[in-house]
Amino acid sequence: MRSRARVLTLLAGLLALGLVPLVAALTQQPFYLDLFRRIMIFAIAAVSLDLILGFGGMVSFGHAAYLGIGAYAVAIPAFYGIHSGLVQWPLAMVLSGLAALAIGAVSLRTSGVSFIMITLAFAQMLYYLGISINAWGADDGMRLARRSQFGGVLDLTNGYVFYYVVFGLLLTLLWLGNRLVHARFGVVIRAARSNEPRMRAIGFSTFRYKLAAFGIAGAIGGLAGALLTNQTEYLTPSYMHWTRSGEIMVMVILGGIGTLYGPVLGAVAFLLLEDVLSAWTVHWQVVLGPLLVLVVLYARRGLWGLLPEARRADG
Amino acid sequence: MNWLLVVEQCLNGLQFGVMLFLMAAGLTLVFGIMNLVNLAHGSLYMVGAYLATAAVTRTGSFLAAVVFALLGTLAIGMLMEVLALRTLYERDHLDQVLATFGLILFFNEAVAIVWGRAALFTAVPSALSGHIQVLPGIRYPAYRAVIIVVGLLVALLLYVVVTRTRLGMLIRAGASNRTMVGALGVNIRLLYTVVFGFGAALAALGGLMAGPIYTVLPGMGEEILIQVFVVIVIGGIGSIRGALAGAVVVGMVDTLGRAFLRPMLSTVIGPSAADNAGPALASMLIYILMAAVLYFRPQGLFPALRG
Repeated sequence: MRSRARVLTLLAGLLALGLVPLVAALTQQPFYLDLFRRIMIFAIAAVSLDLILGFGGMVSFGHAAYLGIGAYAVAIPAFYGIHSGLVQWPLAMVLSGLAALAIGAVSLRTSGVSFIMITLAFAQMLYYLGISINAWGADDGMRLARRSQFGGVLDLTNGYVFYYVVFGLLLTLLWLGNRLVHARFGVVIRAARSNEPRMRAIGFSTFRYKLAAFGIAGAIGGLAGALLTNQTEYLTPSYMHWTRSGEIMVMVILGGIGTLYGPVLGAVAFLLLEDVLSAWTVHWQVVLGPLLVLVVLYARRGLWGLLPEARRADG
Repeated sequence: MNWLLVVEQCLNGLQFGVMLFLMAAGLTLVFGIMNLVNLAHGSLYMVGAYLATAAVTRTGSFLAAVVFALLGTLAIGMLMEVLALRTLYERDHLDQVLATFGLILFFNEAVAIVWGRAALFTAVPSALSGHIQVLPGIRYPAYRAVIIVVGLLVALLLYVVVTRTRLGMLIRAGASNRTMVGALGVNIRLLYTVVFGFGAALAALGGLMAGPIYTVLPGMGEEILIQVFVVIVIGGIGSIRGALAGAVVVGMVDTLGRAFLRPMLSTVIGPSAADNAGPALASMLIYILMAAVLYFRPQGLFPALRG
C-alpha cells in the first residue's frame, strides 16, 4: 500500500505531464513540448535501468549502450529507405534486448565492482564501434531524414501526436513494470538482490532470472533510444557515451532507487535542473557535479523517498 | 611485415602499458584498501597533465613541472579524500560511483574554465627529444623510452614499499582488516588519506608524462580510465601484480591491434573492407579480450589474496 501523499503526487505528476501540450499550445511555447517529451524519453530509459539497478541490485553502468543500439536501429533502416516505425521500433527492442543478453551473459558472471566496470567497458566498446564505422556517420553521426512512419495512423512529425505517443508508452511501461515487479518474476529478482545465496539454496537459478531482467531492461532502453533519435531527428554515437549512462543512473538515484515512479521524477528533476543551469551558465556542470555529490552524501533515498511512506506492505 | 616496425610497436605497446599501470596501481590500491571505486581517478590524471603543462609554459623547466604537478595533484587528491570521499568508504559501490561521477563533471568543467576547452600541446623536453639506439638498427624516441623506464621503476618501488616497509605492512593490514588495525592504535584515517594522495600522485605522474605525447584536453582522464578498468578486471581487482600484468597485456594488444590488424585483414578480406573493419575491430579488441578472460576466470588473472 502506498501512502496517500505518494498516490496524490503520482496522479498530480501524471496529470501535469498529460497537460503539458495544452499549456504549451496556450502559451505558444512549443519549446516545453520538446523539453517534456525529451524528459519522458529519458524517464523511460531511467525506469528500465531501475528495473535492474534498483529491483535487481545489478549496478549496470552501461545503459546508454542500449539507448544507442535503439537509435541505430532507427537511423540505419531509415538511411536505406525503410521508414516504417513498425519495423524500426521492434527492431530496436529486439536488437538491444539481444545485446543486453549477450553483455549480461558475460557480466553477470561477476558481481560488485567488476560488474560496474565491465558493463561500462562494454558500453564504451559499442561507442568506439559506433565512432569507427564510416558508412554510418562515424563520430559525426547522421541526420534522420524522416521520423518513423506509422502508415498515416500516427504522424510523429506533429509534435503533439509524438508527445502523446511517448506519454502513452511511459504509462504502459509503468503499468507493465508494476505488474512485473509484483509478479513472481519480480519477487525472485528482488529476493536475489537481498540474499542471492539463499535464493540459490532454495532452488532458484538466479542467474537466469537476472539475465532475463537484464534483457528486458535492455529492450526497453532500446525503445527509449528509438524515441530519442526521433526526438532529435539525429543519430550520434554520443548517445552511447559513458557520461550518458552516468546521467541515466543519476536520474534513477535522484528520483529514488528501487521504486517505479522515482526514476520518472528523477528524469524530470535532472533535465529541468540541466535546463535551468545551462541557461544560467555554460559551465553548468561545475555546479551540477558538486550538487550530485551532495545528493549522494545527504539525500540517499531520492526525491520519491522524501514523500512520506505508508506502512510497508509492498516490500 | 617489417620486423623493425614490429619491435617499435611492441615498445609503444609497453610504453602505453606502463601508463595504464600508473593509473591502475593507484586505482586498485584505493579499491583494495578502502574498498572505494573512484571514477574520478581519471580526473587526477587530467589534473596532473594540466598542472604540468601550465608549469612548463610558465617556467620552461620540465623538472619544475614534474615537481609542481606531483605535489599539486597530491594535495588536490588528499583534499578530495577529506572533503568528499572519506564518508563514502562505508557506502555501497553505487553511491561511490555516483559521487565520483559528480566529481568528474566538476573537474572537467573546472579545467575547461581555467584553461579552455581546446586541446593543449606541449613539446617533449629538449633533453629527451632525440632518439636512442635500443637494438642495432632500431632507434626509439628517448622520451618514450624514459616513460617505460620510469614506469618499471615505479612498479619496482611499489613492490618494495608494499612488501618490505612498515607503511606497506600497514597498507596490507588495512586491506585485510581495517578495524583491527585501528584497534592496534594506527591512525587509519590518516593512513587512508596518505594512500589516496599517493594514488593521486601516481595518476598525476601518468598524466604529466602523457602530456607531450597525447593531447591535453578536458575529459582526457576518462578515455584512459575506462581502459584502466579493463586492465584491472583482467588483472584481478585489488592486486598490484595483476595491475602490472593486465596493463602490459592491454597496452600491447591495443597498440599492436591498431598497428597491424588492418594490414593483416586486408590480405584476407581485401583492402576496402579492411579499411572499415580494421579500425572498428582494433578499438574493440581489448574489450573482447576482457570478455574472454572473464569467461574463463571471472576473478581475473591474478586475484588479490584476501583472508
